[in-house]
Amino acid sequence: MELICPAGTPAAFREAVDAGADAVYCGFRDETNARNFPGLNFSRDELRDAIAYARRHGTQTFVALNTFMRAGDEEIWYRAAADAVALRADALILADFGLMAHVAERYPEQRLHVSVQASASNVDAINFLVDAFHARRVVLPRTLTIADIARIAPKIRCEIEVFVFGGLCVMAEGRCSLSSYATGKSPNMNGVCSPASHVRYRQEGKELVSELGNYTINRFPAGEAAGYPTLCKGRFDIADSPAYAFEDPVSLDVMGEIDALSAAGVSALKIEGRQRGKAYVAEVVSTLKKALSVSPAQRAPLLARLRGLSEGQKTTSGAYEKRWR
Amino acid sequence: MEFPRLLAVPLNYMPLAAIERATGLLFTRVLKEHPDLFERLGEYRAKRFAFLPSDLPLAFIVEPAGPSIRVIRKPATQDLADASVEGPLFLLLALLEGRCDADALFFSRDLSVTGDMEAMLAMRNALDGADIDLPRDLSKLAGPLAPLFGRMAQDVRRRALNNETSSWN
Repeated sequence: MELICPAGTPAAFREAVDAGADAVYCGFRDETNARNFPGLNFSRDELRDAIAYARRHGTQTFVALNTFMRAGDEEIWYRAAADAVALRADALILADFGLMAHVAERYPEQRLHVSVQASASNVDAINFLVDAFHARRVVLPRTLTIADIARIAPKIRCEIEVFVFGGLCVMAEGRCSLSSYATGKSPNMNGVCSPASHVRYRQEGKELVSELGNYTINRFPAGEAAGYPTLCKGRFDIADSPAYAFEDPVSLDVMGEIDALSAAGVSALKIEGRQRGKAYVAEVVSTLKKALSVSPAQRAPLLARLRGLSEGQKTTSGAYEKRWR
Repeated sequence: MEFPRLLAVPLNYMPLAAIERATGLLFTRVLKEHPDLFERLGEYRAKRFAFLPSDLPLAFIVEPAGPSIRVIRKPATQDLADASVEGPLFLLLALLEGRCDADALFFSRDLSVTGDMEAMLAMRNALDGADIDLPRDLSKLAGPLAPLFGRMAQDVRRRALNNETSSWN
């Protein structure tokens, strides 16, 4: 199985390549990708150099154009697609059907991957995208169990990529409006979830208080591991006691199930984290690369090293091993 | 790893002008090696950033627009910066070099950030995107002693970061 690794800067890109990534995914420095954070991402020249570096090392480059086009401003996304094709990206990762249609018509030779943001989670939806836009791979939403993936895989006509490590949200990719509700900006339209412009931290006594817009997201007592200031990870008063209403501050780690994922028909494993630093990229990519080459018994101690890098310093297998309905 | 208290205490008594002059020399050297360091800041270049080593009695205020660096005694940084980050000196230096992941240090509560988060995020990404290597970059100031100085600095860094990374696991 391929290991698909994140990069938010050229330095992180080189770390991912050097650590053994089979492919690195990244985006332009604008709203065309879902990690549109200040100081992050690639200029056209930086992407050209990064692709050349990757090629020299036998690594592929995927360019994420995975936000939804704003009516009237489609040219921003069209130009990004044209530039990524001209720079010879190995694949474009797309979420918007309109952009998929544009790429399929203008650049029929360009390899097209369906972003997790497209939320294609059943056989009919995936095969529609294959037939209509010649999608070669789908990144499955993190709503499916491994058994679900095994049922879907033989019936679809493209490769499957799944997230195995990194940040985990409420799993309604491309449809979540929590950030938009609190701040007016969303990953779907603006490329930012819980934008930093709306985040505040303050120390209140011994508690670290995180706020997003007009909402208090969490109060972390001294010594408790912290999480991202997103509504989905908020701790709220529910029936007079504080609790996580949506989900705990915790990251995904399903590397313990890679044999089952392989058996289910998955051909690529994806690491989340384009917003993370190059030290994270280097550590996670090299560890997971190693984990792919050792026996299942040897994997657990390797993977335990990564827990400290995770949100809330905890990990979960999420819906892949869903035991609830 | 905390900065040794025995070495931190004298900083209370040293003239601030001398400390600032030495710090300015190091800052200028890093910028000479990495002239595009602040390019990723974009519109946040006009902001002021405070770096507050929790184990030193000093605070460092960086203004990328200058570019300039000021040193002040703690406390009194509240209104001098748009965004601040606080943590042990060696962790702040590790962040400067991109050797530690800022989010992980935030999760573990080793770092705290206040003020303009957008500006601080841009600064974090700008530093992470540069290939700063302090022993390599600063040892050039030592002239003919550069190789010796560089090796010593690398050794100090290795010891400091070994402590930090082992605490993650």
